[in-house]
Amino acid sequence: MSTTDAYASSRETTEGRVYAVTGGDWDSLVTEIGATKEERVVVNMGPQHPSTHGVLRLILELEGETVTEARSGIGYLHTGIEKNAEYRTWTQGVTFVTRMDYLAPLFNEAAYCLGVEKLLGITDDVPEKASVIRVMMMEFNRISSHMVALGTGALELGALSPMIFAFRERELVLDIFEMISGLRMNMAYIRPGGVAQDLPANAVSKIRETVKELRHNFKDNAKMLIGNSIWMKRTQGIGYLDLAGCVTLGITGPVLRSTGMPWDLRKTQPYSGYENYDFDVVTTDTCDVYGRFLIRMLELEESLRIIEQACDKLDALEGAPVMVADKKIAWPSQLSVGADGMGNSLNHIREIMGESMESLIHHFKLVTEGFRVPAGQVYTAVESPRGETGVHLVSDGGTRPYRLHFREPSFNNLQSLSAMCEGSFIADVVAAVASIDPVMGGVDR
Amino acid sequence: MGLTMGLEEKLPSGFALTTVEKLAGYMRKNSLWPATFGLACCAIEMMAAGAGRYDLARFGMEVFRASPRQADLMIVAGRVSNKMAPVLRQIYDQMAAPKWVISMGACASSGGMFNNYAIVQGVDHVVPVDIYLPGCPPRPEMLMDAILKLHEQISNEKLGANRQQVIREVEAAALAAKPTHQLNGLLR
Amino acid sequence: MSTENGMFGVTGSGDTSGFSGLVRSAASTGSSERPYGGYFDDVADDLERAYPAFSDSIERVVVDRGELTLYVKREKLVEVALVLRDEPSLRFEIGLGVNGVHYPEEVGRELHAVYPLLSMTHNRRIRLEVAAPESDPHIPSLVEVWASSNWHERETYDMFGIIFDGHPGLTRILMPDDWPGHPQRKDYPLGGIPIEYKGATVPAPSERRAYR
Repeated sequence: MSTTDAYASSRETTEGRVYAVTGGDWDSLVTEIGATKEERVVVNMGPQHPSTHGVLRLILELEGETVTEARSGIGYLHTGIEKNAEYRTWTQGVTFVTRMDYLAPLFNEAAYCLGVEKLLGITDDVPEKASVIRVMMMEFNRISSHMVALGTGALELGALSPMIFAFRERELVLDIFEMISGLRMNMAYIRPGGVAQDLPANAVSKIRETVKELRHNFKDNAKMLIGNSIWMKRTQGIGYLDLAGCVTLGITGPVLRSTGMPWDLRKTQPYSGYENYDFDVVTTDTCDVYGRFLIRMLELEESLRIIEQACDKLDALEGAPVMVADKKIAWPSQLSVGADGMGNSLNHIREIMGESMESLIHHFKLVTEGFRVPAGQVYTAVESPRGETGVHLVSDGGTRPYRLHFREPSFNNLQSLSAMCEGSFIADVVAAVASIDPVMGGVDR
Repeated sequence: MGLTMGLEEKLPSGFALTTVEKLAGYMRKNSLWPATFGLACCAIEMMAAGAGRYDLARFGMEVFRASPRQADLMIVAGRVSNKMAPVLRQIYDQMAAPKWVISMGACASSGGMFNNYAIVQGVDHVVPVDIYLPGCPPRPEMLMDAILKLHEQISNEKLGANRQQVIREVEAAALAAKPTHQLNGLLR
Repeated sequence: MSTENGMFGVTGSGDTSGFSGLVRSAASTGSSERPYGGYFDDVADDLERAYPAFSDSIERVVVDRGELTLYVKREKLVEVALVLRDEPSLRFEIGLGVNGVHYPEEVGRELHAVYPLLSMTHNRRIRLEVAAPESDPHIPSLVEVWASSNWHERETYDMFGIIFDGHPGLTRILMPDDWPGHPQRKDYPLGGIPIEYKGATVPAPSERRAYR
């Protein structure tokens, strides 16, 4: 038996002969393996693979086409964000957490800021307009995140067109983000005490137009996939995980709601004034990939409903403050969106550089030193597109977080992969991963 | 298009004169196949660049290859962790020459804001980089600009002994260059 | 908790702020007094009723900023967790994971593991906190109670070196397998490198002068 095959080197181990296959002729490998009595094929999928939703590594043990064991290897995007934030002020922390789950930046920011506000004891002082803007931005973010989930999910199952359409809708949402915050992604827009800046002029009417356009466009997405026989065959009855499994594994978000459990923190433990909006929690009871897909599809409409109600509220809140009144916490300047992105408004720069020494001192102290947060610890959670995004914050009374930890839904939900995939076909693993919708930036942080 | 030599008007129509180098560069730049090497946030913008509005297909490169063996451009889109670095190098080694690397975004170019234990401080520690693309994340337009600049670079690339000569010159210049922090004068 | 001098994190580099004589100490919060308010009294009562060894196992009950924290002795953790999960009036059926915190100043209990819990039945949240000394970083695993703890415990082991006894496969999860040390401990350096600009070098974030 040859062991010099460049593509299939073999070595003796305690478990018998092990072949590492990196390419080449499959037939020659099969003839070689045929000589041994027992065969187990372990396939490494990833960390660089187009169907694993980022740098996820799947270690699949196969018997023919059937997966007998599925394990995931993660950590290929570990960024040390939690430790890095310990060396920055509480306000700068927003810039770090927004890059964790990069498809849901506003949810990370909101969860973090709600935590900091709880530590400061200013939860009730956050102006109403800031909360309304937060809700509106989060719901837009839910749409853009679900669009990527649907688009890449379809792409991974071999359907390219839904992805092109999904990104068309996502671009509309990103236009809104760019108009309001100056950035398409990672915007660090929600800040402790409020939001970074007020809406630009005529924003609400632009948002209303976009909502109309999105509602129209979503029909295309639905038509393309719902009822599509290939799609239905690839998703129905695949990746089964029932309520008991979800609860044991701590699963939240669309995966939990696909078991018929209407658990949505926006309803059960409202934050940022979600109790004042009229919307429904979407559930299905199929416990499979199709159910999760349908939930994401239907949640788009609920998000649009919330955005419309937020627009009505914003009309009544014209000119209201968007940052807490306490000048010891509020970022000193009103920022503005310029041609090159977000920055200090020119009026503010004129004031601190030319008019008021006290303003300059105040700006300098707050920006370089930051504010102190009373010692203690809190846990706050928001319903992100993937489930419960929880933040555990510990303060020692200083200007920087003592410890910052994200309970990421992607990280937690990815644990269910083995339960969903073992015993299924290898092609269904891809569908199951796509239905969990893990974002590796969130998994590895 | 930078291909012909300017003698064509003296010839019957239908002829074009060029050098082998220019022809090879022209061919190469117009058939770049990028490998999908999405890592983090930048990967989403890379996908957006390939989708409808920005439409990389205009430059004949919407076909992102899943296999490095079929690709000749690696767009490192996102932060490279110490755990990912060996994987990245292996994929680069699997790509067939000639091959190019775009380091997309601040993290891939320099570690960006993540100056810590987990992140490789610039992917040029692992693979040679042809284009550094700043931004966090860079917009799709910026990615396209980087790709067009790379096209330009490729079309002017030398071949054979000339290429070896250029590589030696560039290397010598890099070794002789002063470190950035010792430079004086205005920023430019 | 800790005592700190001055306002800057770095000493001996010429503190010109005028605050170098400032001594600040953060007080450790003691046990809270009843009534705790809200559903916290019910939770404490029910746990005491269902778990007779309550006073022996729970070191402190802290209510702070509208959140209830039970400080549990580490050897009793699994017992308490089982009662919290199974008792019908408590029913914390979702374990939201584990988070490590490193307090180098708390000699003898440097490493803390924090477990946020969620009850979907009663729509309640509480938190358990367990401490272990750095010299003996063992805490019983809760994978048998909440299977979701599996990866979270591996992460906490990876980042803090807390060994969860009884975990089915406690290996590194985020860092490479052969990584030395536990990166998110306070005594582990951030590991940044100096940043070069034209004509200048700025030290890594952890080396810079910073406000406390």
